[in-house]
Amino acid sequence: MEPLIDIRDLRIRAHTAEGGDIEIVKGVSFSVRRGEVMGLIGESGSGKTTIALATMGYARYGCRIAGGTIRIGETMVTGLDEKGLQRLRGRKVAYIAQSAAASFNPSRPIMAQVIESALIHGLMDEAEACEKAVGLFRAMAIPHPETIGNRYPHQVSGGQLQRLMAAMALITDPDVVIFDEPTTALDVTTQIEVLKAFKEAIRDRNTTGIYVTHDLAVIAQIADSITVLRHGEVQEIAATPDLLARPAHEYSRKLLAAAEPALRASPVTGEASAPLLRVSGMSAGYGLVDRDGMPAVPVLRDIELTIGKGRALGVIGESGCGKSTLARVIAGLTPASRGTVTLDGVDLAPGIAGRSREQLREIQLVFQMADTALNPKVPIDEIIGRPLTFFFGMKGAERERRVRELLDLTHLPASVGDRLPGDLSGGQKQRVNFARALAAQPKLLLCDEVTSALDTVVAAAILDLMAELRRELGLTTMFISHDLKTIRAICDDIMVLYSGRVVETMPAAALESGRHHPYATLLLGSVPALRTDWLETTPAASLQVQGGPPALTSGGCAFFPRCLLAEPGLCDTSVPPLRAYPGGIEAACFRLAAE
Amino acid sequence: MSSTTLPVARRPLALLFSIGRLVMPAIVLFWLAMAFFGHWVAPYDPAGIQDADLFEGISRKFWLGTDYFGRDMLSRILAGARYTVGISLMATSLAVTAGVLLGLAASAIGGFFDTAVSRFLDALISIPSKMFGLVLVAAFGASIPVLVLTLAVIYLPGCYRINRSVAVNVAALDFVAVARARGESTFYIMIREILPNMVGPVLADFGLRFIYVVLLLSSLSFLGLGVQPPEADWGSLVRENMPGLPYGAPAVIMPAIAIASLTIAVNLTIDSAFGRHAREGVR
Repeated sequence: MEPLIDIRDLRIRAHTAEGGDIEIVKGVSFSVRRGEVMGLIGESGSGKTTIALATMGYARYGCRIAGGTIRIGETMVTGLDEKGLQRLRGRKVAYIAQSAAASFNPSRPIMAQVIESALIHGLMDEAEACEKAVGLFRAMAIPHPETIGNRYPHQVSGGQLQRLMAAMALITDPDVVIFDEPTTALDVTTQIEVLKAFKEAIRDRNTTGIYVTHDLAVIAQIADSITVLRHGEVQEIAATPDLLARPAHEYSRKLLAAAEPALRASPVTGEASAPLLRVSGMSAGYGLVDRDGMPAVPVLRDIELTIGKGRALGVIGESGCGKSTLARVIAGLTPASRGTVTLDGVDLAPGIAGRSREQLREIQLVFQMADTALNPKVPIDEIIGRPLTFFFGMKGAERERRVRELLDLTHLPASVGDRLPGDLSGGQKQRVNFARALAAQPKLLLCDEVTSALDTVVAAAILDLMAELRRELGLTTMFISHDLKTIRAICDDIMVLYSGRVVETMPAAALESGRHHPYATLLLGSVPALRTDWLETTPAASLQVQGGPPALTSGGCAFFPRCLLAEPGLCDTSVPPLRAYPGGIEAACFRLAAE
Repeated sequence: MSSTTLPVARRPLALLFSIGRLVMPAIVLFWLAMAFFGHWVAPYDPAGIQDADLFEGISRKFWLGTDYFGRDMLSRILAGARYTVGISLMATSLAVTAGVLLGLAASAIGGFFDTAVSRFLDALISIPSKMFGLVLVAAFGASIPVLVLTLAVIYLPGCYRINRSVAVNVAALDFVAVARARGESTFYIMIREILPNMVGPVLADFGLRFIYVVLLLSSLSFLGLGVQPPEADWGSLVRENMPGLPYGAPAVIMPAIAIASLTIAVNLTIDSAFGRHAREGVR
């Protein structure tokens, strides 16, 4: 059978700042049969999105399609003029972008935007289009399909918006749908709903698709075959099960290995050591603080945690759960409104102004985005050298020597010293970020999503570095992430945050066994596994109330609206306390205790 | 695809831009130099009445004609550059320095300080600038220090607003949080962490602000409240030669052209320099 999409020797060139011209896609060829989904996977800069956009005959600003052919059905996309492309886009090829929130016009109701392409292409009248849209909403399992179209984009959740965008793409019954990292910006517990909706829609409509992602486990659920890209070149094209079982190319093997990070050996034993950090009864947030010490917009409530000397605590939770605020409170950047933070037996003042320079030195923060964490106008050796001067008064040759040691410790070449952050790769910047924190010789290192912005292979190297630093320097670390796999790989203990409260703490070893808080169970089940039938077999999709309101209950358990075990009258009226269970697990759930 | 057509279509434009890139800074440099050396370069004594008619036209002897006293117009414009460029430069430097420092402080300190400074300067900005200038000059008399301070005070609030908004964005970035968590002083955070990341906008604002100041100073002088006789800046030159208008004397239009050439050249110079700066920043 003739393939529906046929891309031959595609070459895309881009202008560089120097006025030159470089090839960013170097002769890529692949084809997709009707009704199949091709996955494009690769790290950032591999050209995967550029190729996907080229399928619509589109090249981003400064780029141009320099050679090769793209054929969709009978249409030669590379030979079309502007008019022809307009007829193609939205009609025969539709596009689903990574950030639905940025792709919807906030000033128009959702329905008007969903049916827009059908009206532009004159396929049906408005009433028909609306009816079709409602049908699609239903197929996508979007709650309130009849009325959700009247809402504005800010009135629906991120996961719903992503599915609404898919409905928008499917309304013209396009031959080809391009999915550009459509679930990357979502929390795992939301991602699973969206993936399920996509997979069903693709199957029911026999849609041909190109699915771009950096996440091998996600693509394994959706794609029939996978193209592995690197630096604009195809490394390997294989059917999905084959690629997972027998990756032929070395780079594919690396990707596979990085997708399931191996456990890094921990330097500490299971036994609890003397606590270094203790946070108790801590609440923090924004706005005016009332008489009880609760801020107008509380982000964290009644947090209790301890980290033993030399241990690594992983803090996990979805976006908005307050995990980054927790790090900021401990560092003093966001003063706690209530409760205490104790380091090595000494109570710390809530704000930076009240802490001594020595106390500030002992806690160091490593931020997620190395791009914004390093001052782009300051050379690397000054970035790393400043804490040396500030805390230890080092100058001249002594400081230079120490900077070189720190570069060496983080496996950076000494030559990066006089360069600016913009000249470094993402992984290198993150290493500088670590080197600066280590320069202060901290007792406690707070790592906020340090691998989230990195490609999986680079992130794996950073995890190795962290494990090595823990081993060599005996650092105590708090590792914040939304990614359970990363936390599992590096941490001794795990703490689960939900909506600003601790819902569970456990030793990392207890993760796969024992009884957990319903949210922890959901989180565990939502992490995609590297096998093609994960989406069908995981129980996670049935672990939460579908489309439940995200509204917080003021008095009860925050997970109440989504919880299947929830008992009205108990769970929504009082806050469950943490209770101990076998295996060192402590969970805050009434129902778990009752069972 | 479109690759073969684009460069050709761009070529004449690109040529125009590259000429502009050389000529415009040259005009700016010329006027800057005249601000210092105009008196010496001038072919005649700017204040000396020449052996000529009033409002003479352009001639080999008097390149830009003569004024209402029969003085050489070219010499008077070259000498006037000292006042127009000099006063504007001083006033702009004052306004921008104060605006940048206040903007940095407001973003780094935040809270009540930020609110207080912002609201106070908002109150100032709401007074029409020409009226404000007239009142201040009328109250304190039209001396050069008063003019400089008046112009600086008038343009400080706008400058503060721009710089504060740029600084607030930089101050929200993680590297500033890292510096704070280290316990660095507010001054260090302002000068070493935030300021280097707003050099482009500050320079662009400086150029724009300079143009506003030149125009306001010229307006004030035109109304007779600026630089006082016997000295004359370009605005005063236009004013004093108004009677030449019925005769079509070049003395009226030449100072106006000088004002236009300076403001346009500064604008385009800043534009191209800042544009290139931004592009390099992307790389």
